[in-house]
Amino acid sequence: MTAHADHAGAVRRGPVGRLADAVGGGLAQAVMLLIGLFWLVPTLGLLVVSLRDESVNAAEGWWTVFTKPAQLTIDSYSSLLATGFTASFWNTVLITVPTTVLVIGIAAMAAYAFAWMTFPGRDVLFLVVVALMIVPVQIALIPIAALYGQLGVFGSISGVVLFHIAFGLPFAIFLLRNFFAGIPASLLEAARMDGSSEWRIFATIVFPLAKPAIASLGIFQFLWVWNDLLIALVFADTDSQPMTKALQSEMRQFGTNVDIIAPGAFLSLLVPLALFFAFQRYFVQGMMAGSVK
Amino acid sequence: MTERSKKPARVRRLGPGPLVGLLFLLPAAVLLGVWVVYPIVYSVVRSLFDAPGTGFVGLSNYGTLLGDDTTLYTIIHNLWWVVLAPVVVTVLGLVFAVLTERIRWATAFKLIVFMPMAISLMAAGVIFRLVYEQAPDRGVANAVLTTVASPFSSEGYPDARPRESDALTSRDGAIVTTAPAQPGQPVLIPIVGIKQQNMPETARPAAPAAPAQGGGLAGTVWFDFSPGGQGTSGQIDAPERGLPGMTVEAVQDGRVVASATTADDGTFSLQGVNGPAEVRLPKENFSAAYSGVNWLGPAPVFAPELGLSIVTLSIVMAFVWVWAGFAMVLIAAGLAAIPRDALEAARIDGASEWQVFKKITVPLLSPVLVVVFVTMIINTLKVFDLVYIIAPPSVQPQANVIALEMWRVSFAEGDQGLGSALAIFLLLLVLPFMIMNIRRFRREAS
Repeated sequence: MTAHADHAGAVRRGPVGRLADAVGGGLAQAVMLLIGLFWLVPTLGLLVVSLRDESVNAAEGWWTVFTKPAQLTIDSYSSLLATGFTASFWNTVLITVPTTVLVIGIAAMAAYAFAWMTFPGRDVLFLVVVALMIVPVQIALIPIAALYGQLGVFGSISGVVLFHIAFGLPFAIFLLRNFFAGIPASLLEAARMDGSSEWRIFATIVFPLAKPAIASLGIFQFLWVWNDLLIALVFADTDSQPMTKALQSEMRQFGTNVDIIAPGAFLSLLVPLALFFAFQRYFVQGMMAGSVK
Repeated sequence: MTERSKKPARVRRLGPGPLVGLLFLLPAAVLLGVWVVYPIVYSVVRSLFDAPGTGFVGLSNYGTLLGDDTTLYTIIHNLWWVVLAPVVVTVLGLVFAVLTERIRWATAFKLIVFMPMAISLMAAGVIFRLVYEQAPDRGVANAVLTTVASPFSSEGYPDARPRESDALTSRDGAIVTTAPAQPGQPVLIPIVGIKQQNMPETARPAAPAAPAQGGGLAGTVWFDFSPGGQGTSGQIDAPERGLPGMTVEAVQDGRVVASATTADDGTFSLQGVNGPAEVRLPKENFSAAYSGVNWLGPAPVFAPELGLSIVTLSIVMAFVWVWAGFAMVLIAAGLAAIPRDALEAARIDGASEWQVFKKITVPLLSPVLVVVFVTMIINTLKVFDLVYIIAPPSVQPQANVIALEMWRVSFAEGDQGLGSALAIFLLLLVLPFMIMNIRRFRREAS
């Protein structure tokens, strides 16, 4: 989003900006306003529905709130928190935070090896990592469910975390390896001549230098895991279930459970939204690094 | 050789031995080996066995996959996803990226459109379940549609029927007099079966009609119902109300010779009618008011065999809502990187803006457009959450996709043989893109 600051100004109008000039500035404004509304209104609807009584929601559309703001109440939220939804919130945190930290650590080590060390089969192995980036998680559901059954970790938080880590690694290694490869060789050579151990170089030089890349990766990884439903659906049980799974179990009676689902869904997206607004620069950079390069 | 691939070779003299490298790789290798690579092998083998996993069945699970109607239509639904969603997302991303160069509040616009990327598909699904609620007074999509359509659709009286008598009858949805009405005689049209919510607020107590001027027909259409069963059938009693806005036609020899609309007290006057005529309330009076689209319904869009239901289109729209921001941001970055000189040169040569866009901008953008398009194909092949959350349970067969069917078959029905075959099938579908990624990476590295 910052990439655009330079030609949003009047002097260096973008190439296609001129096309839009031809179309007509007023029309473009109106169309954009309409599109913006189209993107904003659905989420606004969820927020209002979550802030009204069940009976009010059943009787009339959420947009009547503009004429009857007095109907707003946080009753749905307080009754949701009384049902034990808090437990699933903490499960989400307990799954997401360790996964994110471990993916960054493990991927950074592997990425360092791929970028700055030589060992037999290095290039082929890296191509395997590139290939694994788009393997669908479906492929592992049945085998890992069988494995967890034998190991007795089925339904545990650690089982969910390990699954997430493994499927987060290919993208993470790919992104960090490309960033590490851009670190000036002279820095590492100097450290190696000084006799620093590889671990020391990794931990004190490479890792700190990679902060921007790690921030991008961390946000992406965090959001993926926080927002996951499928893996939780298969590997978590009612004690370890994150918010997504807890909400899903209410979906079957959507109409009658909307007073639980709406506040729950809104609570579940508060943390991602806060992260997104706070770190949108890293978010965009991570997306570019992952898909364009 | 680029600088990137040269560097590791240059430090080889100083670098550690191969053992250290493998040690750094070990944790990732174990995790990827156990959780990703081993399952691929396991699934291939498992897909050759039956549901309990004891009997070897060869390729018969794959036969079921393509031969059974349920799974076949699941695959067809996914094909529709691939045909529809990537094109729409890419085109919208391009349009948004171009238009944001034009407005001052581009940053705000981008934030709004990009925001759904951050939230879970689960939450997005809940959001769209609310948007698609059928009742126009609850679901915003139908509220907008019915509001836009309301000037064109009359307020109808659905389920209304004539008071049973010899004078009136229903024919093809219309209410007609059984015998031609005579000029000078008031035409009484008593109606019953009107629900309270369909009664217009403007309705006033029914009144007898004044004789029509010039010898026409005049009469009253009213709701022949008094609370508590008082009043006489077929007569205008004190509390009974007229039915305003009703279209009344006079028909002679099968042709409409006059038409009128009832007033608030239900009276009408058909002028210029010579001689007896049949009086008809056409069926348009009794059709229900437009109530929007059944967004989450199973109704087919084309022929049913083609497997595209309205519910799939609705979920594709939710998908577009989620991903358009991704496309917009990537394409906007691509736009910003286009050299201005090439565009200026074309303009000096007299090219129109549209030509510049079509002949220069889009071709220069094509690598980014391909990346967006391919990413969307992969995402549509794997789509799960949105379908599972948005499609109501009763409509899921019409909305089902491979990833959802794989989960359903394996964990709800317990046929892990067929489930494994579905997972392998999904892997085969993304395989071409895997090869594409590897090729692209090798090209960039060398």
